[in-house]
Amino acid sequence: MGVETIRKPADTRVAVKPAFDLALRMGDNALILAQRNAAWCGHAPALEEDIALANVALDLIGQAKLWLGYAGELEGEGRSADDLAFLRDGREFRNVLLVETPNGDFGQTTMRQWLYDSWHHFMLEGLKASSDERIVEIAEKSAKEVAYHLERSTDLVIRLGDGTDESHKRMQDALDYLWPFARELDVADDADRAIAAAGIGPDLASVAEKALAYRSEALSQATLTAPTDAVPRKGGKAGVHSEAFGFMLAEMQVLQRTHPGVKW
Amino acid sequence: MYAQKVESTGARPKSLDEMDPQERAFQERIDANIKIEPKEWMPEGYRKTLIRQISQHAHSEIVGQLPEGNWITRAPTLDRKAILLAKVQDEAGHGLYLYCAAETLGVTRDQLTEQLLSGKAKYSSIFNYPTLTWADIGAIGWLVDGAAIMNQVPLQRCSYGPYSRAMIRVCKEESFHQRQGYDIMMVLSKGSEEQRAMAQDALNRWWWPSLMMFGPSDAESVHSAQSMAWGIKQDSNDDLRQKFVDQTVPQAEYLGLKVPDDDIVWNEAKNDGKGGYDFGEVNWDEFFDVLAGNGPCNAERLGARVKAWEDGAWFRDGLMAHADKQAARKIAA
Repeated sequence: MGVETIRKPADTRVAVKPAFDLALRMGDNALILAQRNAAWCGHAPALEEDIALANVALDLIGQAKLWLGYAGELEGEGRSADDLAFLRDGREFRNVLLVETPNGDFGQTTMRQWLYDSWHHFMLEGLKASSDERIVEIAEKSAKEVAYHLERSTDLVIRLGDGTDESHKRMQDALDYLWPFARELDVADDADRAIAAAGIGPDLASVAEKALAYRSEALSQATLTAPTDAVPRKGGKAGVHSEAFGFMLAEMQVLQRTHPGVKW
Repeated sequence: MYAQKVESTGARPKSLDEMDPQERAFQERIDANIKIEPKEWMPEGYRKTLIRQISQHAHSEIVGQLPEGNWITRAPTLDRKAILLAKVQDEAGHGLYLYCAAETLGVTRDQLTEQLLSGKAKYSSIFNYPTLTWADIGAIGWLVDGAAIMNQVPLQRCSYGPYSRAMIRVCKEESFHQRQGYDIMMVLSKGSEEQRAMAQDALNRWWWPSLMMFGPSDAESVHSAQSMAWGIKQDSNDDLRQKFVDQTVPQAEYLGLKVPDDDIVWNEAKNDGKGGYDFGEVNWDEFFDVLAGNGPCNAERLGARVKAWEDGAWFRDGLMAHADKQAARKIAA
């Protein structure tokens, strides 16, 4: 990726490489989660849920455009948000594995959304204090949307966890499966540490602490139990994705790859 | 849109003299353009016809999510993806408020859903055709939503208040849908050779099914006459189809595309001397075949709806159970 050679920032307060990494990670998370959620459109268990999940996906597409657009600017090689979304190979994506996990049943999709929302919300709170003004702007806009995402997914997790025996079991199974993936969000790598050191983003440990406290409260209401000894399942931040991810990208990028260089 | 073959009482409309006083008063209100509201008296035939028409319309919106939903994950840019997703989401919203309008007539959404899933209720034939390329998304917006608007604009004046009000809202969104479809066609028809071919191919495949959307000729239908007398239907199927052809042929020319009908000729004498296009005969055998369940995607469309409903049963049950628990806790507290 072009930013390995760091451009001289126009504004010296902005650290380009960490800002680029942050924007790319946030953008890829939003894009890939939106892509997964959008596949439910027309197939959700109730009309109201169909509409609500489409809303979440729409917000995330909008956020992906902002983050990836900014990442492209920082990179300075003329790549647009669309170029980054549709013309990168899997190894170049920096989203966490959680957001690319297959949809499974609607419970798994809901749990995935909730685990992400409950991190996303506190991450954006942290990003509102970024030293980069553009990141502050995007975070403020996104935070308003994500407050709703979190309210919705928390409500569903509680109701389904404390619903029937079957809905409880499905939600517990989803939690057991997805919790290790959610931990990738908490484990800082070199780029995360550089982001925090440059004042571009918050320390991930502090975000994780708030997310965990929030989740514990909701899970107790949902009568669900988080695994205590889960080893993080990670790799996405370093571009090492799941096998399922390649199929998803092939589908998402098919038109841009088949007809290169045309307008749509 | 999307109610192509709504059966009403099957009898010719009664004259005012043949009606009893209650029915005459009802008919006079309709003739005076006064809206009928849910709690008011209405003939049983009026109620049943409306339920059929509104629910067919609602079902069409819901099934109509599927052909376009097929391309959401493959939309070529982030903007196109967002626009398409928003559009398909609108269709779910239309379904939702149309079901609500139908519920004011004394049926439940679950009953109507059951009728759809069992194959008892109909939905528009158009959604049983496959979306094979990205240009189909453009063609559907342009032609299918264009035909829908043609049909729905008059329905804003429908005699039944809740349906009329639902249609006012639906029409606002449909015109955005049509514009986005035409915009896709514009970009494709000005694009690469492959893109132009894609656009022409989509027009070839969607043209005739779009004309079928208006339903069979009124000459064959006794139902239309009664529905018109009741103010449920405002224009004849043939008039609307003519209007659609007259509007769409110049749009196709503007795109540099050819409408797949060699019989299209401008005819000065049409539309009371204002002129209009002559066009070829719709293949009604195909229409009735698709309506009978033998279209290219009938099984897949209904199958997808049945699967969504059955797979989601645990989810709906879970939410209901939680609501019951909450209510019990409230009483206990």
